[in-house]
Order: sequence, then C-alpha cells, then structure tokens
Amino acid sequence: MGVEGIGASVARKEDKRFLTGKGRYTDDMSVPGMKYAFFVRSPHAHARIKSIDLSAASDMPGVIGILEGKQLQADAIGNIICGWMIHSKDGSPMKMGAWRPLAHETVRYVGDAVAIVVADSLGEARDAAEAVVVDYEVLPAVTEALQALEAGQPQLHPEAPNNLIFDWQIGDGAATDKAIGEAAHVTEITLRNNRLAPNPMEPRATLGIYDSAEDHYTCYTTSQNPHVARLVMSAFYNVAPENKLRVIAPDVGGGFGSKIYIYPEEIVCLWASKKTGVPVKWTCDRTEAFLTDAHGRDHVSTVKMAFDRDHRIIGLKVDTIANLGAYMSLFSSAVPTYLYATLLSGQYAIPAIHANVRTVYTNTVPVDAYRGAGRPEATYLLERTMETAARELGVSPAELRRKNFVRTFPYQTPVIMNYDAGDYEASLEAAMASADWNGFAARKAEAAGRGMKRGIGMSCYIEACGIAPSAAVGSLGAGVGLWESAEVRVNAVGTIEVMTGSHSHGQGHETTFAQLIADRFGIPIDNVNIVHGDTDKVQMGMGTYGSRSGAVGMSAVVKALDKVEAKAKKIAAHLMEADESDIVIENGELKVAGTDKTLPWFQVALAAYTAHNLPPGMEPGLKEGAFYDPSNFTFPAGCYICEVEVDPETGKTEIVQFVAADDFGNIINPMIVEGQVHGGIAQGVGQALLENVHYDPQNGQLITASYMDYAMPRADDLPSFKLSHQNTPCPSNPLGIKGCGEAGAIGSPPALMNAITDAIGNNDLTMPATPQKVWSALNAAN
Amino acid sequence: MYETNYHRASSVEDAVRLKSSAEEGKYLAGGMTLIATMKQRLAAPGDLVDIRHIAGLKFISVTGRSVRIGAATTHYDVASSPELKAICPAICDLAHHIGDPHVRHMGTIGGSVANNDPAADYPAALLALDAVIVTNQREIGAADFFTGLFETALEEGEMIVAIAFEAPERAAYAKFRNPASRYAMTGVFVARRDSGDVRVAVTGAGADGVFRHAGMEAALAQNWSPDALSGATTDPADLLSDLHASSEYRAQLVKVMAKRAVAAA
Repeated sequence: MGVEGIGASVARKEDKRFLTGKGRYTDDMSVPGMKYAFFVRSPHAHARIKSIDLSAASDMPGVIGILEGKQLQADAIGNIICGWMIHSKDGSPMKMGAWRPLAHETVRYVGDAVAIVVADSLGEARDAAEAVVVDYEVLPAVTEALQALEAGQPQLHPEAPNNLIFDWQIGDGAATDKAIGEAAHVTEITLRNNRLAPNPMEPRATLGIYDSAEDHYTCYTTSQNPHVARLVMSAFYNVAPENKLRVIAPDVGGGFGSKIYIYPEEIVCLWASKKTGVPVKWTCDRTEAFLTDAHGRDHVSTVKMAFDRDHRIIGLKVDTIANLGAYMSLFSSAVPTYLYATLLSGQYAIPAIHANVRTVYTNTVPVDAYRGAGRPEATYLLERTMETAARELGVSPAELRRKNFVRTFPYQTPVIMNYDAGDYEASLEAAMASADWNGFAARKAEAAGRGMKRGIGMSCYIEACGIAPSAAVGSLGAGVGLWESAEVRVNAVGTIEVMTGSHSHGQGHETTFAQLIADRFGIPIDNVNIVHGDTDKVQMGMGTYGSRSGAVGMSAVVKALDKVEAKAKKIAAHLMEADESDIVIENGELKVAGTDKTLPWFQVALAAYTAHNLPPGMEPGLKEGAFYDPSNFTFPAGCYICEVEVDPETGKTEIVQFVAADDFGNIINPMIVEGQVHGGIAQGVGQALLENVHYDPQNGQLITASYMDYAMPRADDLPSFKLSHQNTPCPSNPLGIKGCGEAGAIGSPPALMNAITDAIGNNDLTMPATPQKVWSALNAAN
Repeated sequence: MYETNYHRASSVEDAVRLKSSAEEGKYLAGGMTLIATMKQRLAAPGDLVDIRHIAGLKFISVTGRSVRIGAATTHYDVASSPELKAICPAICDLAHHIGDPHVRHMGTIGGSVANNDPAADYPAALLALDAVIVTNQREIGAADFFTGLFETALEEGEMIVAIAFEAPERAAYAKFRNPASRYAMTGVFVARRDSGDVRVAVTGAGADGVFRHAGMEAALAQNWSPDALSGATTDPADLLSDLHASSEYRAQLVKVMAKRAVAAA
C-alpha cells in the first residue's frame, strides 16, 4: 500500500487550513459592491397573505431593494420541485403542491420566506425587514402527520386532499398476510422515528452575483452537489441557462443531507442580484437554520413480524406514515420509499415482505434526507422489532439474528435489493467478543449493587450506498442519473490534478482521493490536488450524499486513472523501446520489467507535453476523463452493541460501552473511516438520547429553535468507541469499497434503545430517551 | 442586535452616573445572558454600562468565616479561589459548573444574581447561605432579594457591589442539568451550621424561581443525612413544567438532588 497509498492512515491534507481558520467558506466570500440580504419570514404556521406593504421599509436607511413573490412570479422564476416521482398504489402520481421561493398567497410553516430585503449592511437589512408589514389571515395549523390525515383537519395544498401526498406500497401483500396468518408467533410493535434538525456546524449561506455585461450569474453556495444545483436552477427554476450560471460550493462545513437541496434563498439571491444590480449575500443564523433547513426522519410505523416454530421470520408487514412537512423538498419522496422500504429485509432472509407508506403534508418545515436517509428508519424498525421478538420468544437476541441471517450471496430480497456480498455472522461475532457479551450478567449484578440498572442491546444493520445504476433509479422515478465523473490531469512536470464531481464537506476527499493516485503511480500526495465544487472547473457531477463518494466518485477516478496509466505506459514503452505489456509502474517510476531500464514519472509526463517523441499517431498531452455508473448499490453492514447504566432515581442514561463492528469492504484511509464512524455514532446517540424537533401542536410554532431547547450530543455524552472492521470486498466496483459515511448514524439508535429498554424492563419507550421519559417508563414498569 | 452605545465605567459612581444619564441604560456585568438576548433582538437597551472593569468590584475577601465577593468577580475566579475553597468549597464547586469555560471567564456573580434566571445556580447558594446582597445603596438579605422569575428587589439605578455571607460548616450543591441548555433543571444547595441551622434552597424547579424547602430543612435539622429526606415531598403544583421536565419529574429531582447534596456536604 505504501505510506500514502490505499489502506494508509494518512493525516488529512485539508486539516491545516481548517484547524488554522484558513478555510474559505461561502460567508468568507466577498466581492466589490456586495450587499446583504435578510428574509422576511412567516411568523405563522399557516396563513393567507392578504397584503404586503413595503412602503415604510423601503424608506429605511441603507435599503437598496425589497422584493416579493409577485415579482418573482412575474419574472417566471419557477416553483421548487421534488426530483423523484412516486406513484401511489392506485397508479396516480404524487400530489406535489406549489412551493414558491417567496410565498405571496399562502404561508405554510413558520419560517416560510415572504420577501427579501437587500441593504448596505446586514443590520439595516434586518431593521427594514422588521418594517415590512404583512397582513396575514391566520389559518388553523396541523403539525403531526397522523392527525393531518384525519377528517376535518387543516388542508395545506388543494392538490392533496386530506394532506395525503402518496399512498405507496412495495412487496407482496397477499403472501405476507398469509405468512402472518400461518405464523407460530407474531411480534407487533408501533415505533416512532423522531424528527431531527440537521445542525451542520456551518449554517447555510449564498452569494448571488449577476454580471450584466455578460448576462451571467455566479452562485456561491453551501451545497453538497453544486452541479445538481446548477442543473435544477437552470432546467426548472428558470434562473439562467447552464452556460450563464456558475455554481461554486467552496469549503462547506458539514451537510448531513441538509445541503443537498435547492432552497428558496439561492434562487432568490441570484434573481435579486439582477433586480437590484448588486451582488447579494445571505447567511443563515442558527435559529433561522432550525426553522428552514430541511429536517430528517419523522415516521410513525406499525410492524408485524411473523415467525415459524423454529423462530425463522416468515413474513414482515409494515405500515408507515411519514411527515414530509409543508412542501416536497428535492428528494423527500425517495427517502421514505426507495431508500427505506427496500432495506426492510435487513440482514435477514425473509420470504415475504410488504410495506405501505403514506406521506403527508403538515405545517412544518420540509423533511428530506438526513444522514442515513431512510436506512436509519428501516434499521430502527427492524432491530427494535427483532429485540422485542427475542424477548417475547425467550431466546437470546444474538441467536434469533443468527438463525435468520442471509448466508449465501448474491441474495435477492423481496423488496428490490440484491445483496452482493457480506458476512453478517463475522461482524456479530466480532462485536460480541469485543463487548464481552458473555460477561454481561456479572456486570449487571455489579451495577445493581451500586443501585444502577444495567442493560445491553445490539443492532445488526445493513444499508445501501452508492445508489445506482442510473437506469434502475430512473425506472423507479429518479429525475437524475446517479453516476459520477472524474478527470485526471497530469501536468507537464508530473504533478496531478483530479477533477471530481464528488464534493467534500468534511469527508476528507482531498486526502483519500489523492491516496488513489499515490497508490497507482507512487507519487507523493502533496503532488496531487483534488479539485471539486465548481461548475466551471469540473464538467459535471452528482455530488456527495448517501456515502457515495468512495464507491462511485472514486471508481470514476479509477476509470480515468486506467486510461492515464495505459497512455503513460505506451509513451514509456516507446521511449525505452520496450513492449507496452512489459511496463510496470513502481515508486514513481515506469520500468521495463526484468531490466534496469526506468523512466521517472515526470519524464513521461514531460514527454507527453513536449510531444517530441511520441508513438506514431498519438495525441500530445496526458489527461483523461471518465464517467462511472455503478452496476449495483453497495451494502455496508455490521453489528453494534451498546451497554448502558440507567440511574433509577433520575432516569439518566450513561453509555458505558459502545462497540461497532463494520464491514465497509476495502478501506482507503482507516483513520478517516474511524472518524466517520465516530461522528455517525455521535449523531445516532443524539437521535436516541437527546435530539428532538418539537412543534407546538396547537399553533405550529417551533419550540426547539435554539440550543437552549434542542439538545445536541456533546463529548461528555459519549464513551470511547470500540471499533473493528470486517471485510467482504464489494464485487460491483473496482476498489471493492462500500461506503462508511452513514453507518454510525444508522446502526446506533436501535442498539441504544434496545439497551435502555433492557435495563429498565419496559419496551414502551420512544426516542429521544430523555431522563424524564426513562424515569417515567421505569416507574410504569414497576 | 440593534444599535447600542457602549460605556466602560471606571467606578461605581461613574457607572451609576452613566446609567442615569442614559434613556434606556443597562448595566453589563459579563453579558452572558444580556448579549445573547440582544443578539436575538429580544432586548434593546440604548446604552450599555460595562461594570466588569471596575477594579473595586473584583475581589474575594475571606476573614475568618466571613466572605465578601465583589460583584464583578467572574465564576472562574470564584471557582479557583484557594481562600474560598478552604472554608466553603461548595460555592467554588457551584461556580466551577456554571455554563462552560467561556461563560465562567466572562460571567460574574453580580450579573448572575441581578438577572435571577430561575435556572441559575447562584440564587440557590445565596438563599441557602443566608447571604446579603450589598448594593450601592443598602444591604438586602437574599430572602428579600429574589422576588420572582427574573425579578429582584433592586430599584432603578441600584447596583450590586458585593455578595457577603458567613461560611457554614457544611454545604454542598447538586444539580441535574437540562440536557439541552445544561442550565439547572433542578439544583439544590444545602447548608448546615454548627448552631443547627439548616437551609435547603432549590433552583431550576420553582414556578416562582428559587425557593427554600421548609419540609426538607425541618427533616434535616432533626437528622442530617440523605435518608432523612426519604419522606420529604414537594408539591408539583409549585414547580415549573416544560418540554424537558414535568413538575412531577422535577419534584423527584428536588428530592434526589437534595439527598445527593447532603451526602456530598
């Protein structure tokens, strides 16, 4: 592997600038004449706009312009769309209500944008925004999905009667019902997957610049996928044609899904820049982020899991209601369907599965993908159900899982997925050994002696990354392809630039992608630059989400490297008068195998550009591009074990042990992978113990709109994690890698909840398991 | 934040003069609550009079068991004072667990006491220690000082200059933090003097702010041990109820924190 190649824990190249405050984020961007935007937002969860009076605000000091939705509509700027078509089981298309970037008829959640104020300073923009008079007719609001489906509830969109967006199903309902009817035991449970705010460290921001001389727009934005942003703004929102729109996502401080989507602010700031004639910058503040960043999860599901006499699962029936908020965000329809129900087989061979999913409008901010996106919901559902079943059947949770593991590959589930490789038993064994599972009873007794209630829980997760192939996702309703592109540009002196359509917002691509080149050509990673995040520099790309950058983005780089290597070998063979098939590349040199003839890498690169002596007919230069479209998803899987102690007097849970045994296939940089797992588990612990978005059900006000009320995980909430890796290389991509970005957040919540419910002897507990809830559940159990 | 004028006072007299000449002036004594509130535009004083740099307000003096702490003394300075630790470690421990390091280096005892946040830690200590709040005009007993949620006996223009108390022989503070804000969701300060006087003060839980717990004081005066509190009750009707803790749960926390404080004292 070499010190910097594949498998080496190379320190991150990008950390020097991040750790010394030299990162360049969107809010750091400044251009001459730039002015500041502040959005006028709805204080009501649901209201009709009777009138908007801008007169007083327009006279305020420093104001350059105030724009409202009517003008946006007059300029034919389009509504925000959802990019994945789902059909209900009756064949009807999903009911997409209009999401105007600036509302001028109806507002549907607290924070819905109504107008933009552009002023000399942010303070003046904010002052003027307070002087905008919007006359609202307040309407009744509904925030809970279950309630929104009931008769007589407030209706959000005329297109969607009873607030139902779609009623979708997957799997074989008749076969599943039959299995349940014939079962020796059926475990039934209702589970709620709580609603989360994404909270990236860097809030969203955008800078819109219109150049009237060129009729050209530049958009700096906090995006995980700038090319998709350009595509959507050009093709659907009519902001500008693609050749007149450059989108740049510079350093981005975390996304977790929330920066995939196109929000009103990017569109409106670009348009406002043209209307006002000045560059317009907007930066979200933290409460604004709670109000307007797309939230995650918010499912309520009922589950029936059927077992035969031997405790084999013979059927699984799931009914899920998913809250999508006030409007359909970009991938909101895919999350509770193809990213969720297709994973309901878990690590288990289940012959019959049926899932029904209803998605619902409510007067809350839109809900979309958040770290894991559908797979945490599926894993939570399955693994809480498995644990419950084991308790009901009186068998060990490990044995019940073992008995039902998929053991031969490829394995076709009843819900689309075709698992290509895995060894679930290996991860289970590794986790149990690491956690000293067999010693738990003694530890529990010791804790009881101290008055503490100790519990243990496991979770065997599977997820799907590198969502693909494009033709398949297209047939399921995706509006885009899910390939990736790469271009490898060897400079005349042998240094290399790699253009990738993946986007790094914390993942460490500048290091890991460079390791591929170091591994292939034996040149130092300092001689490699990774270029991403700019539509003028990278031709096209699909961005980073769903743990796809390794499996898909790196595979595109490998394809381009194959072409570069082939050409370099041709040149070297020609220069050394050897056969091309005898050329090998080692330690930065091209060698003729079995001889002492060598050429340094840079000389071959130089030869490609001087073009004085190339093979006949060969074009000068050494630059190759590739598009890579995977043949299948990848399927990371693993086993997590969590051990807790609950203080029965206060209900406070302490995590005393957390073990993660993950199979990510081959690993490029173990240190970075461990960092991803640590962060993922922290987010999962956040969901299970601390985090919850709470809207006032009466009036739709967001109660948890700051860190005073929204509890984020802190270092002292977490133990030291014990990690291990198993490896069944992924057969469907050239590097054999599966993806690791979301596993921690997917696998950890059920392990934690299984441990707490084990400790307190009451399975009736919802996330987040706050001290108050645990204390109440403990009392209810006694 | 709306526009505001910043003044740095050089003395107590200077501070009082600056504030009285301002239309809507506010003393700034660390600003750990006030600045955050101003940034959210929920407070908009026209003038801020910063008293944190008045040299005469930054001191800790210990004479025998008599303690006097200047109003502009930071939580960090209280937490790390060896003289204070020698005779009243409970107050150092309390200060050490306020907020985070940034807050402890900026926030002051006078600012915290004057704000009387129902979830702040110092009010419980002052009430249990039978402290005196010394202002530029008078001395006010803690029992008369804390008058309700964010309410105190301070008159317009009146300024805290010091906190004074006699260190008890035994004292401790135990708090259960709000999982989000890490403020006290319930905090109990217990103090016992050799005279037999016992005080139990509860913060973070009372519907009207910090309060003394008569039932617990009586039980502990009889028998200074955690077990003495096993039968103690707190009426949930007198307690706060919010997203994070119902009044019933807070009543439980009052008992548990009181027991833990007694055990630690």
